Amino acid sequence: MSLIHKSAAELGALVAGGEVSAVEVAQAHLDRIAAVEPQVNAFLHVDVETTLGQARAVDARRAAGEDLGPLAGVPIAHKDVFTTVDMPTTAGSKILEGYRPPYDATVTRRLREAGLVILGKTNLDEFAMGSSTENSAYGPTRNPWDLNRIPGGSSGGSSAAVAAYEAPLSTGTDTGGSIRQPAAVTGIVGMKPTYGGSSRYGLIAFASSLDTPGPFARNVMDAALLHEAFSGHDAMDSTSIDAPVPSVVEAARNGDVAGLRIGVVKEFGGDGYQAGVLARFHETVELLESLGAKVVEVSCPSFTTALPAYYLIAPSEASSNLARFDAMRYGLRVGDDGTRSAEEVMALTRAAGFGPEVKRRIILGTYALSSGYYDAYYGQAQKVRTLIARDFEAAFHQVDVLVSPTTPTTAFPIGERADDPMAMYLADLCTIPTNLAGNAAISVPCGLADEDGLPVGLQVMAPVLGDDRCYRVAAAVERALEGRWGGSLLSKAPAL
Amino acid sequence: MSAITRDEVAHLARLSRLALADEELDHFAAQLDVIIGAVARVAEVAADDIPPSSHALPLTNVYRPDEVRPSLTPDQALSGAPAVEDGRFRVPRILGEEA
Repeated sequence: MSLIHKSAAELGALVAGGEVSAVEVAQAHLDRIAAVEPQVNAFLHVDVETTLGQARAVDARRAAGEDLGPLAGVPIAHKDVFTTVDMPTTAGSKILEGYRPPYDATVTRRLREAGLVILGKTNLDEFAMGSSTENSAYGPTRNPWDLNRIPGGSSGGSSAAVAAYEAPLSTGTDTGGSIRQPAAVTGIVGMKPTYGGSSRYGLIAFASSLDTPGPFARNVMDAALLHEAFSGHDAMDSTSIDAPVPSVVEAARNGDVAGLRIGVVKEFGGDGYQAGVLARFHETVELLESLGAKVVEVSCPSFTTALPAYYLIAPSEASSNLARFDAMRYGLRVGDDGTRSAEEVMALTRAAGFGPEVKRRIILGTYALSSGYYDAYYGQAQKVRTLIARDFEAAFHQVDVLVSPTTPTTAFPIGERADDPMAMYLADLCTIPTNLAGNAAISVPCGLADEDGLPVGLQVMAPVLGDDRCYRVAAAVERALEGRWGGSLLSKAPAL
Repeated sequence: MSAITRDEVAHLARLSRLALADEELDHFAAQLDVIIGAVARVAEVAADDIPPSSHALPLTNVYRPDEVRPSLTPDQALSGAPAVEDGRFRVPRILGEEA
């Protein structure tokens, strides 16, 4: 088997055992990137010399007898919303074109400390606002299963890079589903950790009370290894949880669901859901039951208003966060001809530098926070947020985890929803409640929809700091289904 | 009746420091009308006695020790600036001509 088809755990073991060098592993992935990027467009930035330099450093550390972790020498694709001192950081926006940050994000720093080799920065919807990666200022990323379809978003470059074997691992951020939805539609594993479990320091902010960094991988164990590598308390993030990282690697190894109480969310299904998605979902629930889990239906009535609440809360926070792009301290400046005021230059720069979705959300957020509308919109959305957290709390008194389809449909064609914001927003229907309540959730592949042969994801939601439960259930599903399929779901994807 | 008018969108764009072209305003006004109509559904939820949540975690007043630690040098802080003068950010005029 070629190096690019191996798991991250296998690659780490090969490098640790000296059977293959980190440089060879990196080169194999750089060659793959060169071969398929013209079709996929997962990366915004790849720098061969920087990548090989990191790999040589790992080989030198191993040669010096240093005890390296399980992912040392494993390549990773890094979402271009985390700051990196040695690569540009754009957040998919023209307003940050060519920007070189003066410091590394905590997630970036921890990847480096674990000896992961960063291959480059991946494409995303501008400022992580979107569900298709079509909102990138640098062109859309394509789904390796069908190049005419979206790879999900906002972390679509990261999902496509892993699904196209350009990297065994990648990072993402999940504000309303931006890790789980892209994982589901590309047939890979994506995890949104508990809010505060992974650091936001150096993550370009979209909606600060929701943004959560998390891992992508082609299997559950690799996702757990990466989750463990970059998570944990960070004094630089005031909302970071000062508690041990849940034992996610142990849970991924265990994969035992006997006696586990699983709740099926009653509100997620029916109208608007693709038949093939629901068919795979229900089969997977039956599978879990056959593995010894106790399945019950659970009602979470407030989840039906999660989407409107989210589209008030997230744009409100974004309108405030994106005020920092003022054309004064970094990034683009337009129209500074010596006659215009700072305010005029600011308005011209923001009009030229932000794309349509970012402008829509800034205006929507400014509206929701305006005096006279605040109570009816932002204030009311915050109350719905409380009700959603209470629904989760009540549900987790009855069951250990909740399950649903990750997305209502499989990957849609590029362009189909590009000018219909409300249709686009529906892609995050099932993932948003978890962001509003701050708990943990994973998406794991559960089959192909009959209508279109495209991947379907199962979402597993767990309580705050119950991240290990997500991995336990996902590992059980993966083990049982791969036994049936005779390999990973991704092995059924057409070759690029 | 529309949820938001074109004039309101123009006003919000000014508040947000976005110099939008007329065509953009037309386009956004129509789209925002649909979006606001949809998100207004939150008003249907009976929540008079429900406290609002701004955040998922019950954290308040997170402090760190008041210690001097290394931070960015002036050169690093200025490294992404559109214009620099005498070790400072150079910005367009911020006061009116008559001031």
